[in-house]
Amino acid sequence: MNTYFIKKFLYGDIPEVTAGASDVKNTAAPATESKDTWPLWEVFIRSKQGLDHKHAGSLHAADATMAIENARDVYTRRQEGVSLWVVESKYIHASNPDDAESFYTPAEDKVYRHPTFYDLPDEVKHM
Amino acid sequence: MDNSNVEMNQLLNYTLHLADTNLILAQRNGECCAYGPILEQDIAITNITLDLLGQARNFYQYAALITGNTATEDSLAYLRTEREYKNLLITEIPNIDWAQIVLRQFFYSVYQYEVFKHLQTGADTQLAAIAEKSIKETTYHVKWSSEWVIRLGDGTTESFEKINKALQNIWQYTGEFFIPADYEKNFIDYSTIKEKWISKIKIVLEEATLKVPENIFMQTGGKTGIHTEHMGFILSDMQYLQRTYPGAEW
Repeated sequence: MNTYFIKKFLYGDIPEVTAGASDVKNTAAPATESKDTWPLWEVFIRSKQGLDHKHAGSLHAADATMAIENARDVYTRRQEGVSLWVVESKYIHASNPDDAESFYTPAEDKVYRHPTFYDLPDEVKHM
Repeated sequence: MDNSNVEMNQLLNYTLHLADTNLILAQRNGECCAYGPILEQDIAITNITLDLLGQARNFYQYAALITGNTATEDSLAYLRTEREYKNLLITEIPNIDWAQIVLRQFFYSVYQYEVFKHLQTGADTQLAAIAEKSIKETTYHVKWSSEWVIRLGDGTTESFEKINKALQNIWQYTGEFFIPADYEKNFIDYSTIKEKWISKIKIVLEEATLKVPENIFMQTGGKTGIHTEHMGFILSDMQYLQRTYPGAEW
């Protein structure tokens, strides 16, 4: 049976079987749950001037405390930020690259969705 | 020597003691570079190493200023003989394993934190300024190393065995922390520092299910230049370049 439609993809398009997603069933032990490897975490940093946390990269850590400290040591050595988020990579779900055509291409010919067809009043700044 | 000369000499020796202890621990920790147990911890321990080295530089620069003549931070760091180094013995012991590395860092960082706290309000304004700048780094070293001690001690049977072995091995080098050398007495009072150190490390060791060893003979001598058998090897590694190519720069 083709299970394509229910197959989920994870961050970075890592197939579930190797990404260690907690809800994966009937698969061999995921690689990240091997006793010799710590789980993978994604790191998000807010810079001093920034309002949002931006994805900076990933790292390995045994738990959230260690992940935050590792993120501090690996990703903020050059004053990159003042706030950190970490999340275990297996909890991030990603769109399937095979869906790209149906997901993103249809937007290409819908330029009217950009607010470029309106005349802005002079009073409106920063647009 | 008149009184002011004696005082200057004590200040110089105490500053060198602070600088040397950081430098030798940085040299030891630096051996982990590219050899850490995992990439993230390799970077963590070498970050700490760079902090220690940066603090050491500040102390050496001050010591060079006091020494005068042609002394520089580099000549003090790289061109003295073993007996002239005043670092604590704990910094010289070999790395052996990760347990030994993090426990040594923990004992030293907690101690360094209390010393910096004390120096911040001390009479010498330059030492106070360096302490104030450095204590932020040391606060993180304490946090990082405490967590590793707890993680290993309260971890698996194997990790407990390893850190317990490290504890039995390292404890003998902690007594020296609180025994003032002649040159130190003007700058520091170890009685309250010792109390705080003991109570802080006990909290972490207890959490790590480790017991403070009792009736252990305490090694001394580092502060006055009497070192362990490891010191000569550390210096030959560390000084090789400057002695082979005097004045070499990047």
